[in-house]
Amino acid sequence: MLTQRLLTSDRGGMIVLGIIAVALVLVPILNMTLPRESPFYVSNFTVALLGKFLCFALLALAVDLIWGYAGILSLGHGAFFALGGYAMGMYLMRQIGERGVYGHPELLDFMVVMNWESLPWYWQGFDMFWFAALMILLIPGLLALVFGWLAFRSRVTGVYFAIITQALTYALMLAFFRNEMGFGGNNGLNDFKTILGFEIATRATRAGLFVASGIALILGYLSCRYIVTSRMGRVLVSIRDAESRTRFSGYKVESYKLWVFVYSSMMAAVAGALYVPQVGIINPGEFSPLNSIEVVVWVATGGRGTLYGAIVGAFSVNYAKTFFTTWSPQTWLFVLGSLFVLVTLLLPKGLVGLFNHLKRKQREDNPPPEAPSEDAATIKSPGGAA
Amino acid sequence: MSIVKQALRAGRHALPKADPNFGAPIDTSHGPILYVEGISVSFDGFKALNDLNLYVDDGELRCIIGPNGAGKTTMMDVITGKTRPDEGSVFFGQSINLLELSEHQIARGGIGRKFQKPTIFEALTVYENLELATAANKRVWSTLTRELNGAQKDRIEEVLHTIGLITQRHQDAGALSHGQKQWLEIGMLLMQEPRVLLVDEPVAGMTGEEVEHTAQLLTSLAGKHSVIVVEHDMAFVRSIARTVTVLHQGSVLAEGSMDQVQNDPKVIEVYLGET
Repeated sequence: MLTQRLLTSDRGGMIVLGIIAVALVLVPILNMTLPRESPFYVSNFTVALLGKFLCFALLALAVDLIWGYAGILSLGHGAFFALGGYAMGMYLMRQIGERGVYGHPELLDFMVVMNWESLPWYWQGFDMFWFAALMILLIPGLLALVFGWLAFRSRVTGVYFAIITQALTYALMLAFFRNEMGFGGNNGLNDFKTILGFEIATRATRAGLFVASGIALILGYLSCRYIVTSRMGRVLVSIRDAESRTRFSGYKVESYKLWVFVYSSMMAAVAGALYVPQVGIINPGEFSPLNSIEVVVWVATGGRGTLYGAIVGAFSVNYAKTFFTTWSPQTWLFVLGSLFVLVTLLLPKGLVGLFNHLKRKQREDNPPPEAPSEDAATIKSPGGAA
Repeated sequence: MSIVKQALRAGRHALPKADPNFGAPIDTSHGPILYVEGISVSFDGFKALNDLNLYVDDGELRCIIGPNGAGKTTMMDVITGKTRPDEGSVFFGQSINLLELSEHQIARGGIGRKFQKPTIFEALTVYENLELATAANKRVWSTLTRELNGAQKDRIEEVLHTIGLITQRHQDAGALSHGQKQWLEIGMLLMQEPRVLLVDEPVAGMTGEEVEHTAQLLTSLAGKHSVIVVEHDMAFVRSIARTVTVLHQGSVLAEGSMDQVQNDPKVIEVYLGET
C-alpha cells in the first residue's frame, strides 16, 4: 500500500528511478568485466563522473523538496553539502594514519606543518566511521536547525531568506579558508588512502561508492515522495501558495518550514559525504555561493516541484557543464547564465514540464479511446480517499 | 448541542495538548462569546481602530458595516492574532485572552476566518483543501505519519454536499469559478469546526442566485456557531441581519436592528446618506 502511494501517479519518477536502478547494476559490470577495447566498456572516468552526478542529483532533490514544495528558496544549500563533505573528509584523513608525508601517527600533514602539538578536540572521534557518519547528519542538521529557527521565527521569507542563505555559505567559505580553523585551509582535505579499510583508488571501491550514491539517491527520492504525498506535503504546498491562510487554518507554519529545512539539509549533507571520496578532495571552494546558485539552476531546468525533475535537471545541466568545460572552459558561465534566463522565460516548468506538454499535445492530436478526464481524476485522487 | 459534543470528541484524540484551551469548553456563562474592549490600533499615526468595543453573543449572527477605512478588516486582524493592538483586550469566552495567542493557536482554539478575497489553496484539489482545514491534529509529525480517520473523511463528504462541490472534489481548486471559490472557503471554515466564524465580504462578486444561497447558509450556521459578517452589500445585510453594528473611523457608531440603524441620523450622515 505504501509503495502504491509512493509510486503510482508518479510515472516520471518511476522512469527515472528505473533508469538509475538499471545503471547501478550495469555500469559497474561493464566497467569491471569488459576489456578496455570493447565498445561497451565504461571507463573509470565515466564511473566517477556518473557517481558525482548521482550526488548532485541528491543535492538537487534536497533543494526541490524545500523550494518546489514549501517555497523556501535556499541559495546556500551548498553549505550543507560541503559540511557533510568535510565530515566525511575528516574521517578519510584520520584513516591515513602513518601513511602521511610526515608519518605522524595521529597528526595530519597540515597540522605538522603548522607545528601543532596535538589533535584539536573537534578532530577527536573521526577515526571511527560510525561517529563520522553521525556527524555528517548532525552538524549540518544542527546548523540548519539554529539558522532556520532564527529565520523562520522572525518570518524571514522569499528573497530575504535567499540572501541570508548566501551570506551563510559565504561566511563558512571564509572561515574554512583560514588555516587556524584546522581544516586544511585553502588546500582543504585530500590525498585520501582508504575508506572502511578498502583502498580508495581501486576500481571495486569506486564501483561501490557509485552504487552507494545511487542507493542513497533512490532512498532520498522515496523519502521525499513519502513526505509530499502525506498530509504534510499538502500543508507544505499550502504554505508555499498562501502562508498566512495556512496559519489561519491552525498550522504552525514555522515548525513545518523548520522541519523540512532540517531534513533537506541532512539530505544535502549525505550527498556531500558521498561526493568527497569519489572526487578525492574537499576544499572551501565547495562553499562558494556560486555552487549553491547552480543547484537552483539544476532544479529550475529540470522542473521545480516534481522531485524527479530535479534529478533530470542535475544530470542534464552537469552533463552540459562537463561538455562545455572540456570544449571551451570560458564559455560555461555564459551558458549557465543564459540557461537560467531562458528556462525562467520559456520553460517555467523545466524540461519535465516541456516533456509533459509535448506528450499532452500528442495525445490531443490523436486521442486515445478512453476519456482523458477519467485519467486526470485517477491522478488527482488523494491516497486512501477513494 | 451536537456540534459541541462533536468538537469535544474530535478534540480528545485529535487536538494538540500544547494549546491549553483546546478541547476545553468555551465559558460563555455571561452570554457573550467574544469580548472586544477598548481596542486601539494605529499604523504610523493613523488610528485604524479607536477605542473599539464589541460584544458578540454565543450563536449570534452579527453584521458589521461601515464605509471604507472604518476599520472592519483591522478588527478581524486583531481578533485572529494577525495584528496586535496598542491598547485594549480581546477575550474568547470568559477566560481565554486572545492577545496572548498566535494565529495558529487562535485558529485551533475555535475562531475561523474567511478572507475578503477568496484565499484557497489553488494548487490543491477541492478535497485536499477541505482536508487541510479539517479539525485534526495539526502538528508536523502527525501530518507526516497519519491520514485522517473515517469520521473526519465522512465529515469532508458531508461538507462537500453542503457547499455543492461534490462533483468537483478532485478538481484543482484554482479552476473553480469565483463563487465556487467563496463556497469552498466557507466549506474550509466549516471543517475547522469553529465556535466563531469571521466572514469578510462573503458575497463580493457573486451572482444573485449565489448570494441567496450564501445568505441561507450563513443563517443556518448561526445558532451552532457565532457568525460575524462584514459586508458592503446592503441588500444582503438586510436579508440576514438581526443585529447590525456600524463602524466609523475605528469605533462603533451605532448598533441595533437594521431599521434602527438605518434611521439613526449619525449613520445616515456618514454612510447611508451617501448613497
